[in-house]
Amino acid sequence: MVQLTLPKNSKIKAGKVWPKPEGAARVREFRIYRWDPEDGRNPRLDTFFVDVDDCGPMVLDALLWIKNKVDPTLALRRSCREGICGSCAMNIDGMNTLACTKGMEEISGPIKVYPLPHMNVVKDLVPDLTHFYAQHKSIEPWLHTSSPTPETEWLQSHDDRQKLDGLYECILCACCSTSCPSYWWNGDRYLGPAILLQAYRWLIDSRDEATGERLDNLEDPFRLYRCHTIMNCAQTCPKGLNPAKAIAEIKKMMVERQI
Amino acid sequence: MADARLAASRPLSPHLQVFRFILTMAMSIVHRITGGFLYVGTLFVAVWLVAAASGPEWFALVDGVYQSWIGRLILLGLVWSLIHHAIGGVRHFIWDLGYGFDPKTADRLALFNLVAGVVLTGIVAIAALLFA
Repeated sequence: MVQLTLPKNSKIKAGKVWPKPEGAARVREFRIYRWDPEDGRNPRLDTFFVDVDDCGPMVLDALLWIKNKVDPTLALRRSCREGICGSCAMNIDGMNTLACTKGMEEISGPIKVYPLPHMNVVKDLVPDLTHFYAQHKSIEPWLHTSSPTPETEWLQSHDDRQKLDGLYECILCACCSTSCPSYWWNGDRYLGPAILLQAYRWLIDSRDEATGERLDNLEDPFRLYRCHTIMNCAQTCPKGLNPAKAIAEIKKMMVERQI
Repeated sequence: MADARLAASRPLSPHLQVFRFILTMAMSIVHRITGGFLYVGTLFVAVWLVAAASGPEWFALVDGVYQSWIGRLILLGLVWSLIHHAIGGVRHFIWDLGYGFDPKTADRLALFNLVAGVVLTGIVAIAALLFA
């Protein structure tokens, strides 16, 4: 349901202003969302100052600098630090992106960092992605075949392989889904841009033999048709992919199979 | 059990409060709002027609209200809603055909929709003043 304001326990209060690093020539201000499940208080916005001469250029570098040198309790997910694992997805400077590929210099003024929007927070910048993964599982993201398995690989022409470009690169970081107002209001039933892009990735795979069943599964006022082409997904994807376009292609397949 | 209680107490991360209000998102909500205004506009036309059918006194009354400056302002807003929403409809039609999804193209379409809606409304307003 549409609820424009945050619930009472989610309202963000003023937080702690941490001291500036001593002797730093160039300092960047960070305002970071904090929530500790153990202190029973509301989320707050802490202010940190990062010595940019003592730290790498990316927002992730700064967050880890803070964790190492200022407050070790800051919680965030990260792994590959090169934009391929999707762990450090968060809302930075108003857009969802990967902290590891977002340069501090791309942002002017204080750098605001929040967890992915409209998600249950586990701690600080860590959202609960259980439902997101369950939705991914629901589209059965693997090859479905009924014909006998070949002796070698399932072959595909170059043209058919090209149809997967712009889809296979998705790292399921959830930036797009959590940028989508439709997903905010109806995320319990609407699959959201990331999962629908994944669904399309299997729908147009020339080797997959369950296209009809896959479309049947999506033919639903909520699962697919809550997409109203708001376009936040394509605008925010840190990999430059276009979930909105993939969803439109699914809608076209729905129409085409009826004529 | 402790885990279930903890999950229930989890805060919801901020959404509208922190997400940047980008053009395509703004245009989506404006499309909905103008769509809502069209219900009001249709009601206005219906009242006007019913008044015309009810006799010259009724028509003079309703038409007088519509011709007042505040009435004209509201009508201008409704004309803009209709034109803006119609162009928005074409934009969605282009998307439904599978085109115009590149973020830059989508931004340009949104900007065109916004400007064309205002310009066409201006033309209608000038024509109304000249010929009415």
